[in-house]
Amino acid sequence: MNSDSSDLLLDVNNLRVEIAQRQGTLTPVDDVSFKINAGEIVGVVGESGAGKSITGAAIIGLLERPAGIAGGTVSLLGQRIDNLPLKELRKIRGSQIGTIFQDPLTSLNPLQRIGDQLAETALAHLPVSRSEARDLALAALEDVGIPGAAQRLNAYPHEFSGGMRQRVVIALALIAEPSLVIADEPTTALDVSVQAQILTLLKDLCLKRGMGVMLITHDMGVIAETTDRVVVLYAGRVAEVGPTASVMRAPLHPYTAGLMGATPSATRRQGERLQQIPGSMPSLRNATVGCAFAARCQHVMPQCIDVRPPLIEHESHEVACYLHDPTVAPDGARHQLISSHGNSDGVGQ
Amino acid sequence: MLAYIIRRVFQGAFVLLIVGFIAFCMFRFMGDPLESILGQEATALDRIELRERLGLNDPIVLQYGRFVGNAVQGEFGISYRNGVPVAELISQRLPATLELALVSAVLALVFGIVLGVYTAIKREGWLANSIMSLSLIGVSLPTFLIGILLIWIFAVELGWLPSFGRGDTGSLFGIQTSLATVSGIKSIILPAITLGLYQMTLIMRLVRAEMLEVLRADYIRFARARGLSERAINFSHALKNTLLPVITIIGLQLGQIIAFAIITETVFQWPGVGLLFINAVQFVDIPVMTTYLLLVGAMFVVLNLLVDLLYAVIDPRLRVAKR
Ligand SMILES: Nc1ncnc2c1ncn2[C@@H]1O[C@H](COP(=O)(O)OP(=O)(O)O)[C@@H](O)[C@H]1O
Ligand SMILES: [Mg+2]
Repeated sequence: MNSDSSDLLLDVNNLRVEIAQRQGTLTPVDDVSFKINAGEIVGVVGESGAGKSITGAAIIGLLERPAGIAGGTVSLLGQRIDNLPLKELRKIRGSQIGTIFQDPLTSLNPLQRIGDQLAETALAHLPVSRSEARDLALAALEDVGIPGAAQRLNAYPHEFSGGMRQRVVIALALIAEPSLVIADEPTTALDVSVQAQILTLLKDLCLKRGMGVMLITHDMGVIAETTDRVVVLYAGRVAEVGPTASVMRAPLHPYTAGLMGATPSATRRQGERLQQIPGSMPSLRNATVGCAFAARCQHVMPQCIDVRPPLIEHESHEVACYLHDPTVAPDGARHQLISSHGNSDGVGQ
Repeated sequence: MLAYIIRRVFQGAFVLLIVGFIAFCMFRFMGDPLESILGQEATALDRIELRERLGLNDPIVLQYGRFVGNAVQGEFGISYRNGVPVAELISQRLPATLELALVSAVLALVFGIVLGVYTAIKREGWLANSIMSLSLIGVSLPTFLIGILLIWIFAVELGWLPSFGRGDTGSLFGIQTSLATVSGIKSIILPAITLGLYQMTLIMRLVRAEMLEVLRADYIRFARARGLSERAINFSHALKNTLLPVITIIGLQLGQIIAFAIITETVFQWPGVGLLFINAVQFVDIPVMTTYLLLVGAMFVVLNLLVDLLYAVIDPRLRVAKR
């Protein structure tokens, strides 16, 4: 992996999102930092409600009141984009950052031909004529592998299957050639058989165009197959960041380890139950002072409950866990996690 | 598509036949037309003779059959009240009603949709909120009260506009209409507002609710995420999707404008078919009443058909299904 600073595409720094409510302020994204380099696919993974979608929405400025960015910075190619006025933000959306949402069935305007939706997006960002926009629309459909693209330009969304619609959505997100793509659960709503095709398409496009991709998912299988690096979110905080292969092989944070146990795998024996992490993520209303995972953690220590663990670098990872903090953990406790993950069949059953 | 239209036209004709029959039977029980035609001092012989001449002794189904048979040839019988052919009476009065209904409908549609969209987009603005509060008045006040209030303010107190009648008519594109003269336009303002206000507020609230729903849709979010302008999102993407489900109800509302014209025409003494109907009721003028109801029924049927066709034109998902 090449993390030259010249390749740095997206830099999210101590991002904090708050939702003002009458009963108090919720913090669905709390001090989140990560980077995405050009040509790199970064997975953002976590249970439902971990704050993945809100993080993605915050990056492109799509948070809706009463939610809003309350701290930190988001920079794209060295330029801050978290404090831009709407007019400037709109120029970035679609042209520098493409977005793909979860449900292709509802992402497309049902009353407009897809060729028109594509051309409209091209016209909004590129200095092209109507007929050139039309040509771009055709090229965009071909790029995402839609057969008979020329005829399909005149089709309406309902004339496509789910998988094909998601290809159209990808074509729409990429028509102005953004350097970064935020894909929020792009395959979750699709048939299993189609999921792999869409992921392969995303990977190919990323490779061909040198785009950075932020791939949001709750599925460790998708992370394993698709991403270069992974950011594990828990209760709106970063639990662990690292190269995917290394994180999968040797997770440092107990939550990451638990997530891997909760991933269905082809090699799992028939009848064997999916391992669940016992308990559930704390509600946003009961924000914890210490580590948000403490209540579910097998390795919980007194300081976990009192003080929030900072994100520290450990080997090639960053991890927010005292088990790996040399100033806190006794030396022997550090590797305890991996061995316990290996033989923890009894957990959660 | 053509087969679909033909089928719908036949359905419509059938509906009208039934509406007419019900009206015909109902009016029979409203009183004896002979009383109002002949008056108190007529002899028994006069009565028998007239009864025979009007065919009132035949079974009601036969009477209705005769009425329908003539109706399809454009003959709606003779008014019991003044002996003039009903077709002539109606065609004299219809332009006044149509012109009133048209102006009201345009007012209701234009202001209803514009205000609905505005209050949806500026959801929390003070102006949008005031419009919403005011609209409650439009929905809850009865039509005749609105009419009387308007007359009181603009005709009696301010003296700006006439309080009754149609004003002068002039020729516009070969049609006699009050829209062609200043006094005619002045005269139509108050009745048109009275007639259209309820529908306008209803359309506005409907459009607003639907638009708020549409603005929350994923494809609107996706359009924002693609960097489209707010104007394109609101007016090209959201508005079309908003109006689609609203069309049906709007179509029926326009039909109601014609039906409700009775009240407005009475309040403003507007010489349209509604007023004709009210006068006919007092005289148990069955041919006039039945024809009027058939006319209103026919308008509903036609509006419904138009709405369905419009739906098919706008919504590509239906176009495929009906082709
Ligand atoms: N508008 C909102 N008001 C209150 N809570 C919200 C709102 N939007 C999201 N949340 C909460 O924020 C948390 C994170 O949501 P989200 O980012 O959608 O999670 P996910 O990781 O599943 O994508 C969830 O607990 C969700 O309930
Ligand atoms: Mg989500």
